Amino acid sequence: MTSATLTSGATLGSQRVSEDVRYHEDAIRLFVIAAVFWGVVGFLAGTFIALQLAFPALNLGLEWTSFGRLRPVHTSAVIFAFGGNVLFATSLYSVQRTCRQHLFGGEGLAKFIFWNYNVFIVLAALSYVLGFTQGKEYAEPEWILDLYLTVTWVLYAVQFIGTVMTRRESHIYVANWFFMAFILTVAILHIGNNVNVPVSLFGMKSYTFVSGVQSAMVQWWYGHNAVGFFLTAGFLGIMYYFVPKRAERPVYSYRLSIVHFWTLIFLYIWAGPHHLHYTSLPDWAQTLGMTFSVMLWMPSWGGMINGIMTLSGAWDKLRTDPVLRFLVTSVAFYGMSTFEGPLMSVKPVNALSHYTDWTVGHVHSGALGWVAFVSFGAIYYLVPVLWKRSQLYSMRLVSYHFWTATIGIVLYITAMWVSGIMQGLMWRAYDNLGFLQYSFVETVAAMHPFYVIRAMGGVLFVTGALIMVYNLWRTAKGDVRIEKPYVTTPHKATVGAA
Amino acid sequence: MAQDKKGFSHDLIERNTLLLIVLVLITVSIGGLVQIVPLFTIESTIEKVEGVRPYSPLELAGQNIYLREGCYNCHSQQIRPFRDEVERYGHYSLAAESMYDHPFQWGSKRTGPDLARVGGKYSNAWQVAHLVNPRAVVPESIMPTYGWMKERPLSYGDIGDHLKTLKIVGVPYTDEQIANAKADLEAQKNPDGDTAGLMKRYPKAVVANFTGEKTVTEMDALVAYLQVLGTMVDFTKYQSKQLQQ
Repeated sequence: MTSATLTSGATLGSQRVSEDVRYHEDAIRLFVIAAVFWGVVGFLAGTFIALQLAFPALNLGLEWTSFGRLRPVHTSAVIFAFGGNVLFATSLYSVQRTCRQHLFGGEGLAKFIFWNYNVFIVLAALSYVLGFTQGKEYAEPEWILDLYLTVTWVLYAVQFIGTVMTRRESHIYVANWFFMAFILTVAILHIGNNVNVPVSLFGMKSYTFVSGVQSAMVQWWYGHNAVGFFLTAGFLGIMYYFVPKRAERPVYSYRLSIVHFWTLIFLYIWAGPHHLHYTSLPDWAQTLGMTFSVMLWMPSWGGMINGIMTLSGAWDKLRTDPVLRFLVTSVAFYGMSTFEGPLMSVKPVNALSHYTDWTVGHVHSGALGWVAFVSFGAIYYLVPVLWKRSQLYSMRLVSYHFWTATIGIVLYITAMWVSGIMQGLMWRAYDNLGFLQYSFVETVAAMHPFYVIRAMGGVLFVTGALIMVYNLWRTAKGDVRIEKPYVTTPHKATVGAA
Repeated sequence: MAQDKKGFSHDLIERNTLLLIVLVLITVSIGGLVQIVPLFTIESTIEKVEGVRPYSPLELAGQNIYLREGCYNCHSQQIRPFRDEVERYGHYSLAAESMYDHPFQWGSKRTGPDLARVGGKYSNAWQVAHLVNPRAVVPESIMPTYGWMKERPLSYGDIGDHLKTLKIVGVPYTDEQIANAKADLEAQKNPDGDTAGLMKRYPKAVVANFTGEKTVTEMDALVAYLQVLGTMVDFTKYQSKQLQQ
């Protein structure tokens, strides 16, 4: 795409390119706004429930605001509302450009998907607060909402895959392999884990088809792969487009991308049982879950290597481009989490970590460090492009966001490492007379300072997000902040610099 | 660079959307099939254990409240075979004990203690007092208060339909149990009434006016459910077939 083809007559809503393809961008703008909105909502919800654990009076004694009802509001808001809208925005933006084709089904279909997905989100959150839930983590929406989501998802699959099928670029770019794997597998998981029989067609309550051990296995086949495909494969698709674009460097290794793609999507599916170690799930399944989780470390780090090494020849940009810094740091956190995960999947380690805050810490290093940071990087990249501004309002504010959020993450995960391992050790501690040393509630009391620190981490993370909101709002308006710019060093020797 | 081909030719896959889709679908299906299907076909997955029975209507209503309030977010119901865990909570959990839970309630987190064998550990009065205000009974607790539940009437007009639905998904409720669903629910709250039928259909059901209210309340149901957890199997008599030589 040479700059000569971007005429001054380009209107908001489309971008004319050399083969006369108008990319659809209206719906992408909507998805970006929704992503930012739900991000703030989800982070606030998380911080609030974290404070409830530190100060239980914040449950307010009301049925709608108890931790038990609000926790799924937080998880759905950050995974499906924030993460989902980020995925829609970035996948539908990048698939057009990597296929040199506008969206299959057009702007109308994209907007239809936008409204239905976000209405589903609102209905789901309301339903949890009002007391309707299937009682399964990350699969709480009841049967009727599940059906609604299925329809919306099928339309998204049609639009995305249709665009790939009608592409004008003969090769399917690697990001699109990941996006398609994400879309297809999430569909299978959603259907597989939501086989429910409603009590009445006019009520919300339903019962799962499977029970006990089988329902545990199905739930964690689903739950781990919600992480593996929604939060990993999908976001690797984002990484594969936005990192090379922002760094202005090619992806480090084509061969590595092939190897790690296929091994990742094959191995991830088997990891589910590591959520069920030492339970009444049969041993053979636990062993499979453990071994495949350990193997999974390799393709995960393959992705990390490919992402980070794409910076080859452009490392200086980490200093001068805070947006790229978000993207690359996200990949580093991805590497960290995908090492910690396999570690925690090893049965003896899991014997200590299961049921503790360590699991929560692990989740959030991935969720905040990887998922949220790559999302922020992509959003900062997209907003100037979509709102036709030459730059963000302020690069320094991006950096303030970066550091505030990073400190928040560090507080969060270190607090949870300490509290989690402490819990695990306290539960199994014996005194020298051979009795259990601690009553359960003593371990609860010991958690308090770490719950406070974790909540402070959350407050910082929210603050960073609010800095982002302000920056993006000013960017959309066309303002530019007077600030000291980041400059590259005078004697740079980067190859291929524009 | 595009001439580096992996295997037969990855290049071929990259130029053919349908082929890519089919290969992805095959690749992601294998793990799930291997781990899920045998759980249904291998008979030893759930060793039959004497005493395990479907929930009584009141207990079922209580389980639904447990789900609704998200209790599983803080409480697990799965005791692992570790010395300290068994000492703290009781016999490790058997697969059969959750076979009628649609869905399972093993939980992922112990912000609060495991509840797999909480049945009978505390009196009904303790359970009610604790649910109304946990900190009145356990000062260090961080659990939310559920005082509003104590007087909230339980809605159970369709309890028979719940049993019917569970029967569809495999819980062996008999016609007799379904026909008596409402009556059994009310009988479990009324220790002075005729509980013979209830106890015949649901051995070890805990019968009491839990909350002291006249009508059946949501908290009655929840406590009835909590008080049966982990009590169905008589471990003085239980011997795992796998351990017999």
